[in-house]
Amino acid sequence: MVAKTIAGKTVEVNEEGFMTNPNEWTEDIAVEIAKEEGIPELTADHWKIIHFCRQSAGTSGKAPTLRQITTGTGISTKELFTLFPKGPAKKVARIAGLGKPEGCV
Amino acid sequence: MKKLVILGAGTAGTIVANRFKRVMDLDEWQITLVDPDPIHYYQPGFLFIPFGMYTKKEVIKPKRDYISAPLTLIQSAVEEVDPAQRLVRLANKQTLSYDYLIIATGTDIHPEETPGMAEQEWGKSIHSFYTLETSLKLNQMLHNWEGGRLVVNVVENPIKCPVAPLEFIMLADWHFHKHGKRDRVEIIYATPLSGAFTKPVASRMLGELLERKNILVEPDFMIERVEPDARKIVSYDEREIEYDLLVTIPLNKGAEFIARSGLGNELNYVPVDQYTLRSKAYDNIFVLGDASDAPASKAGATAHFSIDLFTENFLRYVEGHELKPYFDGHANCFIETGFGKGLMIDFNYEQEPLPGRYPLPGIGPLTLLEESEFNHWGKLMFRWMYWHLLLKGMEVPLPSEMSMSGKRLV
Ligand SMILES: Cc1cc2nc3c(=O)[nH]c(=O)nc-3n(C[C@H](O)[C@H](O)[C@H](O)COP(=O)(O)OP(=O)(O)OC[C@H]3O[C@@H](n4cnc5c(N)ncnc54)[C@H](O)[C@@H]3O)c2cc1C
Repeated sequence: MVAKTIAGKTVEVNEEGFMTNPNEWTEDIAVEIAKEEGIPELTADHWKIIHFCRQSAGTSGKAPTLRQITTGTGISTKELFTLFPKGPAKKVARIAGLGKPEGCV
Repeated sequence: MKKLVILGAGTAGTIVANRFKRVMDLDEWQITLVDPDPIHYYQPGFLFIPFGMYTKKEVIKPKRDYISAPLTLIQSAVEEVDPAQRLVRLANKQTLSYDYLIIATGTDIHPEETPGMAEQEWGKSIHSFYTLETSLKLNQMLHNWEGGRLVVNVVENPIKCPVAPLEFIMLADWHFHKHGKRDRVEIIYATPLSGAFTKPVASRMLGELLERKNILVEPDFMIERVEPDARKIVSYDEREIEYDLLVTIPLNKGAEFIARSGLGNELNYVPVDQYTLRSKAYDNIFVLGDASDAPASKAGATAHFSIDLFTENFLRYVEGHELKPYFDGHANCFIETGFGKGLMIDFNYEQEPLPGRYPLPGIGPLTLLEESEFNHWGKLMFRWMYWHLLLKGMEVPLPSEMSMSGKRLV
């Protein structure tokens, strides 16, 4: 684990760049990580998904899988791939300050 | 008389029933199992059938050989569970009442969930090996195949036996070598994961192994559809891979009655406490094997380790004691790597697979994350253990909790 400064705030991240403490997350951090992930601007649809993921993780303790996101938000898998290209579940988890989704063991 | 009903008499249901038969007072407990299929399948054997290494006969036995009085087996499918009334409704119109319920209905493949997959080319240029029927079909196909591009694709995780696709690929590589066709076959592994396997160290080591075998990995590939006539698979981000032969691991889902009964998540797996395997919603329902949402590998070995300590925990629980958080997610898998060799991985909820020796630290004889001939024999020997020890609920000389000794941190 290493400390990293994102959007002026120092937070802990793991070796894959996922934040380890979701409570350290802010919306400004999300904007910065999104840029690192190649998403220059977060639209209302992006935020809807980010907020859903944080809410879902708040109750379950872990980042939701792709299927949980599509079932929970009504946004299609296809659209998710447009909003968060390549591996949306992983990307949105990182942007939302959550751990990597465990969907696969 | 207390009533325990077990739904599903596959690996987990059969093992737990036979454990209970040994330790429970059966004058006080009535144990009933429900399963529509009279055959028990040794599913790990499905991997070997396409290559003619196992026959159909070696992987099936009648369920009745393993479930005998005073256990009762009803041959019918579960239609619905009514947890509030503690009732189970069956397809044969029977209704069973229970004091405690164990759900062990596993997970199954659903090719119809991917557009284009289970249509005109299913069983022709599109195959699987996750059921007896599909693995037998694939055997015929490979027998006559002249070569071309073989694409192996996992539709979505989790799947049961997450290493089986990799093993299939490595066995295929060996098979084509043996038959002098390897130079006419291109092998591609299209996976929704970012690498060969889920956990970092194993993923790296397995990835290198695939590279040495000249197998191409297409990572982060989430399939949207198959175009059966054009013979290509297309991902959500519009990558296309053409194939001559597609071997798919279709979407895995739990049984439909779980959804119908309001007991499941989006893939019909029952949410449980991962350390006790008790349903989160009902304190008299437990879920063993692949049917739960516990973040452990969906594997027979996992089911076996979880049941080892389950029976005693359950018996204490029904006498009014607290459940112990006993299950650590322990899994281990033999991984066939072809050419008469195999490797092994051993891991749990917390600890990813590491290289080393198993089960005796420093000695083995099994090697973790390293190829050896002994591991291959271990896997083949396992079939004997499965039919003769495991299913009958006998002790298998392997520790159920994972141990760190013998493993190397890398
Ligand atoms: C190709 C392949 C290779 C594998 N290799 C390995 C390996 O090397 N090592 C390993 O540990 N594991 C391996 N596995 C996984 C292993 O077989 C499973 O994890 C294990 O069988 C799970 O046990 P279970 O009891 O949960 O489910 P199952 O054994 O699948 O049993 C489920 C039972 O429920 C019944 N059922 C379904 N629906 C209903 C219903 N509505 N009503 C009543 N009954 C129902 C079914 O008929 C079945 O008998 C492999 C699996 C496959 C497919």
